[in-house]
Amino acid sequence: MFSRTGAIVTLTRRDVESIAHLARLEISEAELPVYVQSLSAILAFVEQLASAPTEGVEPMAHPLAGQVQRLREDQVTESDRHDRYQANAPAVEAGHYLVPRVIE
Amino acid sequence: MNPHHATVAEIGRALRARRYSSVEVTRWFLDRIAEAGKALNAFVTVTGERALADAARADATIAGGEGGPLTGVPLAHKDIFCTDGILTSCGSRMLANFVAPYDATVVTRLAAAGMVLLGKTNMDEFAMGSSNETSHFGPVRNPWDGTRVPGGSSGGSAAAVAARLAPVATGTDTGGSIRQPAALTGLTGFKPTYGRVSRFGMIAFASSLDQAGVLAQSAEDAALVLAAMAGFDARDSTSVDAPVPDYAAGLERPVKGLRIGIIREFFGEGLEAGTGAAVRAAIDGFRAMGATLVDVSLPQLPLSVPTYYVVAPAECSSNLSRYDGVRFGHRCRDPRDLLDLYRRTRGEGFGAEVKRRIMTGTYVLSAGYYDAYYLKAQKVRSLINEDFRRAFAAVDVLMGPTTPTPAFAIGAKTGDPITMYLNDIYTIGANLAGLPAVSVPCGLVEGLPVGLQIIGPHFSEERLLAAAHAWQCETDWHRRLPPLYA
Repeated sequence: MFSRTGAIVTLTRRDVESIAHLARLEISEAELPVYVQSLSAILAFVEQLASAPTEGVEPMAHPLAGQVQRLREDQVTESDRHDRYQANAPAVEAGHYLVPRVIE
Repeated sequence: MNPHHATVAEIGRALRARRYSSVEVTRWFLDRIAEAGKALNAFVTVTGERALADAARADATIAGGEGGPLTGVPLAHKDIFCTDGILTSCGSRMLANFVAPYDATVVTRLAAAGMVLLGKTNMDEFAMGSSNETSHFGPVRNPWDGTRVPGGSSGGSAAAVAARLAPVATGTDTGGSIRQPAALTGLTGFKPTYGRVSRFGMIAFASSLDQAGVLAQSAEDAALVLAAMAGFDARDSTSVDAPVPDYAAGLERPVKGLRIGIIREFFGEGLEAGTGAAVRAAIDGFRAMGATLVDVSLPQLPLSVPTYYVVAPAECSSNLSRYDGVRFGHRCRDPRDLLDLYRRTRGEGFGAEVKRRIMTGTYVLSAGYYDAYYLKAQKVRSLINEDFRRAFAAVDVLMGPTTPTPAFAIGAKTGDPITMYLNDIYTIGANLAGLPAVSVPCGLVEGLPVGLQIIGPHFSEERLLAAAHAWQCETDWHRRLPPLYA
């Protein structure tokens, strides 16, 4: 498969490592070749879009034409339920979410 | 008291006639889930206590002479809908410990209609899959043949209703996840117009495509449940503010004079012969009922699958960035620093297919590739939408198969994502264009169900339900049960 620029769409191990880093996903050594292969196959598959006649066509971001996302008044509508929400957090202390130290 | 062969409408009528109580019917389904349902793996969580409490409340309502057609009727929710105080896993290790702190609007509305919650159904992880094999909780088996998949991603809901472990179940449909499993298990699967049903509390996958719907035994049941689910919700910014018709009241609208477009592109290469024959016979059945058949071409529709596999992963990579191991969900052990926390939490919490889609989406949105992939796909999406718009200028509904083949074997397609993705070749178009669509049973091929798909213009739910209902008044495919669960 060739891209529109004529280059072969094949990802390298380094490409996949870099995508995984951007996506904040740890990928094991054993998994890497599997993703190199399947992501390359997916990109080759979607390459068929390149030949579609889209000259002057507007991109479609919303399936209902003319539908605008509503804005609401900037008012408090929810009650304070942080105890309830934080019950699902892996680590909290005094109402704060705990994460590893960021600033040394 | 045996509700085994009873639809939602029939159970509702029996409850109001006091032929049995909601507690009795709920117990019957809970027992059936525990016994007959064991082999299917259709449920992630069974909410027995909650169900019996809901049922007792419904019985009190009915005793007081109140309630509606759904009061006291049990249902199952796909485990993608948040349920207050109940595990909501989305089929993922990432949320295997997540007890939702609130109800999805769909859950709230169906509870307000008096429905009884039996449990939460298994699904492909984060609704990404067409076979229910990507679930952290293991594959679901097809009640028609336990070696085959029930379809996905709403595979647990499909298996549960097909085996009559629940009279009806909710589902979600991003690329076919209600219609495809409905076709593969002999059910009526309805995906409404984008924005018709609130997505508040429905865990997000691809926000410009996701829509909630129902897996039911009949069009009548789908109409009853859909009417209770649908409608404007200020908590979902994509929810459409338009009145909800009384879908059940519109069911008797005749098929005579209906202009049916037959999608030429859906009958080409890749369509299994028996499936194609059953679907063609069904369409001929509509002609016999007085409909007019028109040959229709949607030339860009074959690009639906590649368009979807740019748009959906892009939106998924963005939506799933929220799983960071900080506020809820899985967290890795002993993170060294914040980056390590993110990477290992997400690496461990997500399964292989979800990771593949996040990475696909990350790539097509990344600097230098955005125009070539994402923007291009959005433009092709416009072309596909335009194909549908043109078609609906000449016909009332479109028909074709829901899937290219009946249910396939567990494990048959897990090695090759593209082969798996092509399962949704006939369903994805309706999602890209935001159209309502329904799959109805129309035959059996070597003992496996086949689905006829009916697609309509935006907000034509009534028309689709009436067409499906008319078909079900003439046929009994929707009344067939898997032999092992009959």
